[in-house]
Amino acid sequence: MTLSRRSMMMGTAAGGAAALTLAACGSDEGGSGGAGGGESGGGGGGVILANGTEPQNPLIPTNTNEVGGGRIVQNIFSGLVSYDAEGTPQNEVAASIETEDSQHYTITLAEGWTFTNGDPVTAQSFVDAWNFGANAANAQLSGYFFEPVEGFADVQGEDVAADATLSGLAVEDDLTFTVTLTSPQADFPIRLGYTAFSPLPQAFFDDPEGFGEKPVGNGPYMLTSWEHEVSAELEVNPDYQGPRAPQNDGVRFTFYQDIETGYNDLLSGGLDVIDSIPASRLTSFEQELGERAVNQPAAIFQSFTIHVEDPNFSGEAGNLRRQALSKAINRQEICDTIFQGTSSPATDFSTPVVNGYSDSIPGSEVLDFDAEGAKALWEEAEGMQPFEGPFTLAYNADGDHATWTEAVTNQLLNNLGIEATGQSYPTFSALRDEVGNRTITGGFRSGWQADYPSVFNFLGPLYGSAAAEGRGSNDADYMNEEFDQLLADGLSATDEETAFAKAQAAEELLFRDLPAVPLWNDNVTGGSAETVENVVFGWDSQPQYHEITKVA
Amino acid sequence: MAWYVLRRVLQMIPVFFGATFLVYFLVFSMPGDPIAALGGNKPLSPAVQDRLRAEYNLDEPFIVQYLLYLQGLVQGDFGTTFAGRPVIDDIRSAFPVTARLALVAITFEAILGIIGGVIAGLRKGTWIDSTLLVTSIMVIAVPTFVIGFVAQFVFGVQLGWVTINVGANVTWQNLLLPGMVLGAVSFAYVLRLTRTQITETMTADHVRTATAKGLSRPRVITVHILRNSLIPVVTFLGVDLGQLMGGAIVTEGIFNIPGLGFHLFDAIQRGESTKMVSMVTLLVIIFIISNLLIDLLYALLDPRIRYDARK
Amino acid sequence: MTHASDTGGATTRRGQEHFVAPVDETPLQAVDALNTDVKPRSLWSQAWRDLRRNPMFIVSAVLIAIVTAVAAFPQLFSSLDPYAQGACLLTNRYGDPIPGHPFGFDLQGCDVYSRVIYGARPSVIVGVVTTIGVFLLGGLIGAMAGWFGGWIDSILSRLTDVFFAIPLILAAIVVGQLFALNPITLAMILVLFGWTAIARIARGSVMSVMNAEFITASKALGASSSQNLFRHVVPNAVAPVIVTAMVNLGMYIVLEATLSFLGVGLPESTISWGADISSAQTGLYTRPELLFYPSGALAITILSFIMLGDAVRDALDPKTKKR
Repeated sequence: MTLSRRSMMMGTAAGGAAALTLAACGSDEGGSGGAGGGESGGGGGGVILANGTEPQNPLIPTNTNEVGGGRIVQNIFSGLVSYDAEGTPQNEVAASIETEDSQHYTITLAEGWTFTNGDPVTAQSFVDAWNFGANAANAQLSGYFFEPVEGFADVQGEDVAADATLSGLAVEDDLTFTVTLTSPQADFPIRLGYTAFSPLPQAFFDDPEGFGEKPVGNGPYMLTSWEHEVSAELEVNPDYQGPRAPQNDGVRFTFYQDIETGYNDLLSGGLDVIDSIPASRLTSFEQELGERAVNQPAAIFQSFTIHVEDPNFSGEAGNLRRQALSKAINRQEICDTIFQGTSSPATDFSTPVVNGYSDSIPGSEVLDFDAEGAKALWEEAEGMQPFEGPFTLAYNADGDHATWTEAVTNQLLNNLGIEATGQSYPTFSALRDEVGNRTITGGFRSGWQADYPSVFNFLGPLYGSAAAEGRGSNDADYMNEEFDQLLADGLSATDEETAFAKAQAAEELLFRDLPAVPLWNDNVTGGSAETVENVVFGWDSQPQYHEITKVA
Repeated sequence: MAWYVLRRVLQMIPVFFGATFLVYFLVFSMPGDPIAALGGNKPLSPAVQDRLRAEYNLDEPFIVQYLLYLQGLVQGDFGTTFAGRPVIDDIRSAFPVTARLALVAITFEAILGIIGGVIAGLRKGTWIDSTLLVTSIMVIAVPTFVIGFVAQFVFGVQLGWVTINVGANVTWQNLLLPGMVLGAVSFAYVLRLTRTQITETMTADHVRTATAKGLSRPRVITVHILRNSLIPVVTFLGVDLGQLMGGAIVTEGIFNIPGLGFHLFDAIQRGESTKMVSMVTLLVIIFIISNLLIDLLYALLDPRIRYDARK
Repeated sequence: MTHASDTGGATTRRGQEHFVAPVDETPLQAVDALNTDVKPRSLWSQAWRDLRRNPMFIVSAVLIAIVTAVAAFPQLFSSLDPYAQGACLLTNRYGDPIPGHPFGFDLQGCDVYSRVIYGARPSVIVGVVTTIGVFLLGGLIGAMAGWFGGWIDSILSRLTDVFFAIPLILAAIVVGQLFALNPITLAMILVLFGWTAIARIARGSVMSVMNAEFITASKALGASSSQNLFRHVVPNAVAPVIVTAMVNLGMYIVLEATLSFLGVGLPESTISWGADISSAQTGLYTRPELLFYPSGALAITILSFIMLGDAVRDALDPKTKKR
């Protein structure tokens, strides 16, 4: 659909609009060299023409939680750290982030950073921005990112004062501040690359509304024009001195409602780089674009969830049925045909591009296609308690989900002999409504795109007890103390090996209980025209715009 | 005539309220909680949701919301989008775009449709009539989204004749192809309708008389046949203008034209009730005005229809 | 001469007066158009007699009968049941035609022929039910507005404006979200917001016929209002309405496809031409012929209804009969 494709944002955001990932992109090669230069000319000059979508919210870092605004914000703001293309965090504004116990952090900023209006970037710029984002009075969409900081609960009430602040933040001097968390969180520094943690200049607090239209940042680019529903233009920030130095003269994002139009535009020279391929071209794009096609793993996990108390899927019979469903789906076949190789079967509850991923967790055999085994499990369950069908698999029609849903339900019909059908919800919000009210029955599609490259980002928020019962994204209301404990142990572990071992032990429990049935990991698909070089897509599915060079 | 125009202008008021109420009611009934959806997969805290609901009056009962909306409207305030922008700004940028697109479409369908219809009507039963009939059916049978993408691919990508991303540069020239795609179905209608009217009028007594009287064929066609045949066609075109403006959702999406349809679809997907209602309100106003103009045009084409008894 | 004077009730009721064209344009017309020998019922029965003799009617009636039969009893036309277990296998994806599968397979590996056959029912229901509903509702409201005039016309016309102001596709998108869609509910929604175009055409057409000389003559000869309405106004005004309604029929089926394309159409569990056209769009650049089969079925259906519309119009038109 046409219009539904605008849903790239709703679609990718995997489940929906928000799980985006606006991680900053860092680059090793960029080095600290001078800005690519706004001056005309040389070999790497020129403005890059890229696709985008109209930002849905004012361009304020703590209020931007979807890709349309995210891709702009992450290029006009620099946070404490940014990620390189592989997702490794590197310091950007931070000079150092130190902690002894993973709970108390001392953050020191590098000298010499300024906003594009000339104001210096100080510790106060960060603390004020975070306090603003966390305070419920400001209704910021990404406020939940500050949840681990001490005092977060105190700024959430109905009648919280607009100037209430987080007790866990304290400014030491111009370039130093401390952060106290409510509990040890070893991956906190990794999270700081998310754009919600960006600093804000005084100009923002003077006029928040005007700022949202004309943001002033400290990133590699600055926003020079934003024509609503048409385009946004970024120019190089001449004062930028971080690791993401632009190698071009700027980026122009053209907003497409239908990505197919964008693809046609790419073919005819109206676009240099595209970060998504329409379903109708999945078969042909690698041929049409040749080496300029991009098809690489991304941090996107797709699954379908069934509530733990669904009458057909609870108890012992329910567990057998969950396993039967999982085994009756031929993931490889769907990835090869429907997705034309732009997805790969899931092997755990995260994705291959994040730290802590594994393809050999005990219990993951339940993901292997086995029609006879599935049928046997289903019949065993029938013996205990008859199934009251049909089995429905709900999805939002404003993303590209109808096709694979139909393929999955056809496989369930063919392999289990049960009546299985897709159930379409017109919009993501209509689907979320029923999921949120827990009025939905059967399976419903669920997906997650990592905010920061760690397996923990795929586990706690989706299956932890703290996120159940409407407090987070644990839509199945899966509550397992053993699982929670393993995650807590993993997060407070001081070495990665222990941390990831705990995470994988937690995943074993998920494979046993299957609150969600993993399906596949989406690749990022995209491509570029012959007009540009050095097109690299990051772990977060975004092109590293600053690295792209225009061919003269 | 002045009295008639005044009466019609006054009648705009109930239509205006009726339509805005109907739209508001429909939008209000739509499933899905737009505020909860703003957070995507990561639920917003109840405190944040409450603040946002209060900001957009979504915590009020339906009728209060509607009255608050009307209150703003009367003061010239079309409300704000979730992005914090006045809706009027979006309307200001979208309206001229869609108006031009609709104008291209209606010009295309009127000229080609009437010419085709006249030819088919005058040559009823010949091969040219059958060809035109089949052509018009194909146009109706193939959905706009297919015609649009094929046209874009052939003329934009393969032949390179047209700009694909019309939104970047909305010129008359760039609107030609989208306008033709948008007007394609209506073109088929106009053709069919004109043909029907022509064949009917051709057998009318005054036309036979005129022919018998020895008037030249061109004169019979233009003065006696066309003038009398075109009334339903003109009605249709007038009716169609409003539909084209609001119904350009698919075409505007394909050609990336940031007009009303584009904005409306966006608003529907996000549950932006204020934006939807305001844009549809605008369509209502356009429709009522074009309606009035059509009725006046009627009087010009058919002197038997007169609107003011008083001299 | 140019502006004929008051012709009685009509003027005061409608707030308008009648007009007689200049002599040099329409000499003798008023007399010529009188058709007093036609009996009330004979017009309809003669129309039926004419219809039966019209080859266009016969061809279209046969086609419509076939389409209706396919819609009603798809199992008679296809030995495969596309809803059955094993009907769609991804291993057959985009497979070429083979014996037993004359149209090949679609992107889900489903047999295309049986889907075209089984897809007829929802599409035909959407098209036909909507057309009938729109014709009745719109025709009635439009005719009443045109016939009574005055304040009734004002109210009905404004009501039409209210509904018309909301573009059909928008209304279908929004209202379609309120119900569990099936062909009937979708048709109801389309009727609710689609009757207005017909109403306007019916109104314009009635107004124009009412001002025709033969009606004036009929009135002058003492025919009552209702006699005039059914004997003269309806048959003469109905032609443009029928033609538009028949063309609309195809548009409604296509609209169903567009709604599928936008992701708000009939549920995937319902096989329909619209949904198949929409999903064939995904294969537009690889298997364009998949678009052809459901579109072809759609085109044949539309063609037959348009031809029927033409035939009925010819039969009802007293002027063409005089030839």
